[in-house]
Amino acid sequence: MSLLASIPNPLGTSSITEVHDQMPSTSEILQTLTFQSGYNTNLVILGTTLLGLAAGIIGVFALLRKRSLMTDALSHATLPGIAIAFLTATTLGFNSKYIPTLLIGAGVTGIIGVLCIQAILRFSRLREDAAIGIVLSVFFGAGIVGLSYIQANAASGSAGLNKFIYGQAATMQPPDVLLMGGIALAAILATFLFLKEFALICFNDSFAKVDGWPVSMIDLVMMGLVVLVTVAGLQAVGLILVVAMLIIPAVAARLWTERLLQLVIIAGLIGAGSGYLGSVISALLPRKPAGAVIVLTCSGIFVLSMIAAPSRGIVSAVVRRVRLRLKIEADHIFEHAYESSSNLISNTELKDLSGFRGWTMAFRWMLIRSMLNAGQAVRTNVGLELTNAGTHRGAQVSRNHALWEQYLMSYADIAPSHVDWSVDQVEHVLSQELVNELERTLSSRGITIPQPNESSA
Amino acid sequence: MSTPNFQFDIGLDLFPLLAATLAAVGCGLLGNFLVLRKLSLMGDAISHSVLPGLVIAFLIASTRSPLVMFLGAAIAGVTTVLLVELVKKYARVEPGAAMGVVFSALFALGVLLIERAAVRHIDLDADCVLHGQLETLVWYGAPKGLGELFHPSNLSEIPRQIYVLLGMVVTAFFFVGLFFKELRIAAFDPALSTTQGFNATLLHYLLMIFVAAATVASFEAVGSILVIAMLICPAATARLMTDRLLTQIVWSVLVALLCGIGGYIAATAVPAMFGKDAVNAAGSMSVVAGGILTIAIIGAPKHGLVTRLSHSKKLVRKISIDDVLAALYRAEEAGQTVTTYSLKQALVGRAVDPAITTAIRDNMVERDQYGLNLTPTGRVSASEIVRKHRLWEHYLVENAGFAPDHVHDTAEQLEHLKTQPPAGPTTDPHGKSIP
Amino acid sequence: MPVHPTNPESSQGLAARPEHSANSPLSIHAMTVAYHRKPVLWDVDYDAPPNKLIAIVGPNGAGKSTLIKSCLGLVPKASGQVEFWGQSYKQARSRVGYVPQRESVDWDFPVSALDVVCMGRYRKIGWCKPVSKKHKEAGLRCLDQVGMHDFANRQISQLSGGQQQRVFLARALAQEADLYFMDEPFAGVDAATERAIVQVLRKLKEDNKTVIVVHHDLQTVSDYFDEVILLNMRVVAAGEVNEVFTSENLHKTYGGRLTLLAEAAEAVARASSGSN
Repeated sequence: MSLLASIPNPLGTSSITEVHDQMPSTSEILQTLTFQSGYNTNLVILGTTLLGLAAGIIGVFALLRKRSLMTDALSHATLPGIAIAFLTATTLGFNSKYIPTLLIGAGVTGIIGVLCIQAILRFSRLREDAAIGIVLSVFFGAGIVGLSYIQANAASGSAGLNKFIYGQAATMQPPDVLLMGGIALAAILATFLFLKEFALICFNDSFAKVDGWPVSMIDLVMMGLVVLVTVAGLQAVGLILVVAMLIIPAVAARLWTERLLQLVIIAGLIGAGSGYLGSVISALLPRKPAGAVIVLTCSGIFVLSMIAAPSRGIVSAVVRRVRLRLKIEADHIFEHAYESSSNLISNTELKDLSGFRGWTMAFRWMLIRSMLNAGQAVRTNVGLELTNAGTHRGAQVSRNHALWEQYLMSYADIAPSHVDWSVDQVEHVLSQELVNELERTLSSRGITIPQPNESSA
Repeated sequence: MSTPNFQFDIGLDLFPLLAATLAAVGCGLLGNFLVLRKLSLMGDAISHSVLPGLVIAFLIASTRSPLVMFLGAAIAGVTTVLLVELVKKYARVEPGAAMGVVFSALFALGVLLIERAAVRHIDLDADCVLHGQLETLVWYGAPKGLGELFHPSNLSEIPRQIYVLLGMVVTAFFFVGLFFKELRIAAFDPALSTTQGFNATLLHYLLMIFVAAATVASFEAVGSILVIAMLICPAATARLMTDRLLTQIVWSVLVALLCGIGGYIAATAVPAMFGKDAVNAAGSMSVVAGGILTIAIIGAPKHGLVTRLSHSKKLVRKISIDDVLAALYRAEEAGQTVTTYSLKQALVGRAVDPAITTAIRDNMVERDQYGLNLTPTGRVSASEIVRKHRLWEHYLVENAGFAPDHVHDTAEQLEHLKTQPPAGPTTDPHGKSIP
Repeated sequence: MPVHPTNPESSQGLAARPEHSANSPLSIHAMTVAYHRKPVLWDVDYDAPPNKLIAIVGPNGAGKSTLIKSCLGLVPKASGQVEFWGQSYKQARSRVGYVPQRESVDWDFPVSALDVVCMGRYRKIGWCKPVSKKHKEAGLRCLDQVGMHDFANRQISQLSGGQQQRVFLARALAQEADLYFMDEPFAGVDAATERAIVQVLRKLKEDNKTVIVVHHDLQTVSDYFDEVILLNMRVVAAGEVNEVFTSENLHKTYGGRLTLLAEAAEAVARASSGSN
C-alpha cells in the first residue's frame, strides 16, 4: 500500500525532484562560512546564529531552575495559538499570514499552557511529569485539529503554517532576523542585569523569599524570556526541536565549567556556534532540513563535550579511574615489599602478582612506568629495586592500613577477621588530614600506631 | 474522508475508528504504570526517539514488516533509556533535562534520516509521524451489509495496521495481566520488588520496550502525538477517579475507549453538522482526552475540585450551626438571653444568619419575643457539642500539655470532628461541668 | 481557627496572655500551621527573649522546621500572628537571617563558596548591580569566621557536608541580621564544623544577636544553648534551659505519644479534603 506519497513534503525548501546529494566544493564552503553566498543565505545564517545565542543563554536558567521539560510543553502549546491567530485574522479580514500576529497567538497559548501545568499541580494530585505530558499532548493535538481545519476549510488555504512544526529557516525574511536579533539582545541584556537575581532564585528560592526578593516576579521574567526565545525559534527550527536549542547547549556547557558566568557564556557560544554551523551545512547540502541539522550540530557538540570535557567528561573519568587503580596497585607492591622487609621485587614475583591481581600487559607496563617515574623504584636485571622514596611510601601505606584497621575495630564494630577486606580500598585514599584525625581519635582511646621504622626495610 | 453530510460509512470510517481506538486502549493501559512511576515523560521521550530507530530499520531492511519495525523501535526505546542514564550520570543534570537532550537529538536525527529515506524513494513523512494518517485506512472491499462483515474475501482487505494494532493491544493486555502483581510492586517500591526477586530494572526495561512497541504500532495510523496523549491522559484521569490500581486500569481503558470513539465523532460528525470538512482525528482525540481530564479534575467523586469545595462548604455550614447551638447552650447555663444581634457579636467570622435559619428549620432553635432558645432536640445536640469541646479541653491540658488558658481555640476546632477524646472527666479545666 | 473575643471561655485566656513587648525579637501568638490541611503545629505561643541562643528540640515530625518556616512566611499559617520586635515580618525583614536545611538546595550548582556567601549581601547590593569588591571582602570575612577562608573559590559540590553547612552559616552572617533562624545546622556535620558553628553562635551572642536553632542532639543542648523550646506538635515547655530541660518535660515531649492529637490532625485533614 502506497502511504503518504501524495502528501507534500514539509521539510526543506527544494522540490521532491531534486534528489541528488552533491558534496559542495571547498570554495563554496568558504563562501558560505564567510557570509558571501547570497543575501538570503546570509540572512538565514545570521538569524539562526542569533537564535542559538539567545536560546543558549536563556536555557541555562531553565536548566538550573529544573524547568527544562516545561519549556517542551510550552513550545508544543504554541501550535493552537498559531491556528487561532490565523483563523481570527482571516475572519477579521486581516492578512492571515502576517508573521507577528501568528507569533503573538503562539506566545499567548504557550503561556496558557504553562499556566495549565501550574493549575493541574495546584488543583489535582497529579505530579509534574504527568502535568507536562498532558499539556504537551492536548495542546499540540488541539493545534493539529486547528491546522487540519484550516487546511480543509479555510478559503485562503494553510500553506505555510506547517512550517512552524518543523521550522523552515530558509523562508526567513529581514524582519524575522531583526526579531531574533532583538530577542538575543534582550536575553543578553536581561542576563547581565539580573544574573545575580536569577542565580539566587535558581540556587535557593526559599532563602531568596526570606531575604525579601519577589521570587514569583523574577520567575516570571525568566519564563517570559523562555517564551520569547521559543516563539522566535518556531520559524527557524520548529516547535518540536526548539526545546533542543534551549536545553542542549546549557547541558553541554555544564560539562565544561563550574562557574555560572562562564556557563552562560559557553552555553551562548555553543548555541550560536551550532546555529551558525548548522545553517551553513544545510545551505550547502540542499534538502537537509535546517532545524534538524542545527539540532544535530548542537548534539554533536554535546557528545564531544561529554567525551572530552576536562573533569566531567568520560575520558577524564576513565583516566581518573585508571590513575586510582595504578596508585592502589603500586601501593600494594610497596606495602608488600615493606612488610616482607625486602627492597627488591623480583621479576618472577612481578609475574605472579600480575596474574594474581589480574593486570593486563598494558596495565603492568603503565604501573612499572609510574613507579619508575616517581623515582620510587629503579629497574635492575633481576627486577625492581625500591629506592628510599619507595620504602617510605611502603611504610606509609602499611601504617595507614594499620590505623584504619584499628579504627574499624575500635569504632565500627567490625570483626577483626573481616577488617582486612574492608580496609583494602580506603587506605589508599586517606588524605593526610584524615590520617591526622584518625591518629587523634585513636590516641584518645590510648591506641597508638608507631611511626614506621624505615631502616628496617 | 467524510462528506459535509456525515454518515457512518463502513468502508471509510470503520477502520480509522477501530485503529484509533485500539491505539488509545493499548497506550492507555500501559500508561498507568508510567504515570504511577512518575515516568510520564519517558513515554514522551520514547515516542519521539523511536523515529530514528524506525527509519534506520527501514533503511537497512528496506521493508516495513512489523517485526523489523518492532525491532527498530525496541532497540531505539532501550537506547533512549540507556542514553538518558548516561547523560544523567556524566552531565549530572536532572532527569528531565537528560531526557530533553536525548529525545530531541534523536528526533532531529530521525527527521534528517527521513530525508535520506525520501532520497531512496521510501515513503515516509515527518508529518505523518506526528499526527498519523487515519484517513488512508480505507476498506476497499467494504461489505454492503452486516451479514457480509466476516466474509473471507472482505477480511483479506483489512489493512495491515489493524492487525498490528490488534496484536499490540492483545500483547499489552497479556503483559499487564501476567505481570500485574510485579508491575504493581515495582511501581510502588522498586527496591522492595528487587529484594523479593522481581528485578525492577528488568521490568522497567520491559515496560519501556512495550511503550516503544505501542508507539511504533500506533505510529502509522495515529501518529506520536496521540500516543503521548493516550499514554498519559487516560491514566491520569483514572488516577483521579480511584485509589485502587485495578480499578484505575479499568477506568483508564474505558477513558481511552471514550477518547477514541468520542474523538473520532468530534473530528468527523461534528464539523459535518456545521457543513465543514472533517478535521484531524488523532488531534481531536487528544483534545477529547484533555476535556475528559478537565472534567475529572473538576468533578471526580473524591479528588475532584467540586467535591472538595462543597465538602469544605458543608463543613463550614455545620461548624456555624454547631457554634450557634453551643453559644445558646452556654447562655442557658449562665442564664442569659441571646438575640441574633448578640450571637453575631459573639461569633465573628461565622455565617450566623443562615445558620439560625437552618437551625430553626431543623427544629433545633426557636424564636420568641425575647430572643432565641434551644428546643429540646436542639438542647441534646448542643450538649453533645459542648461536651466534646470540654472533653477536648480536658484532654489537651491533661494529656497534651497545653496551658489551660489557651486550649479553647484548639478545642473549638476539634469539637466538630467525629473523633472523640476519652470520656470520664466531669469538669473541664475551667471548672465547668461536662454534660 | 476562629477567635471569639466575647466568648467567656476564651476571654479568660486572652487576658492571661502577657503583653508582647517590642523588645522581644520574636513573638508568636496562637499560631496554628497545617500542611496539606493537616495541622502540624497547634496553637503555638512563644516570646523569644533578646540576646539568647535558643534551641528548638523535639522528635521527628514534631514540626520544628515548620515552626521556623511559618515564622518566616515560607509556610502559610492557618491562624495566629508572628511579630518581630513588635513589627510585621515585612517591616523587620532586613534584621532577620536564615540558614535553611543543607539538603534543601542542589549543591551541584555552578557557584563557588564565596558566591554563595555573597548571596547574603544581595539585598544590600540591590537590583541589577554586580557584586562589588567591598561586598566580596565582607563575604570573605564571613567565610573566615567559620574557618572556610581557604575554600572561598572552591566549587560548592567539592566541599564536604560540614563545609557546605559552614558556607551556609557564613551566608547568614553576611546578612548582618539581629535575629537568626537556623534549620538543623548540626545535622550530619563533622567535629570541626560543630566546633566552628558553636564558636559562631557564641560570637553572635556576644554581639547581642538572638539565634533560634532547630537542634536534634539532646546531649549538647545545655552546653550550647541558653533557652530551649520543647516542641511536639505544640509547645510542651519553653524557657531557660536549666529550668525547662528536665527529664519530666523531655518525657512529655518524646515519650507519651499523643495518639489522639495525631489522630485529630488526620481527621482535620480528611474533613477538609472532603473524604471524611
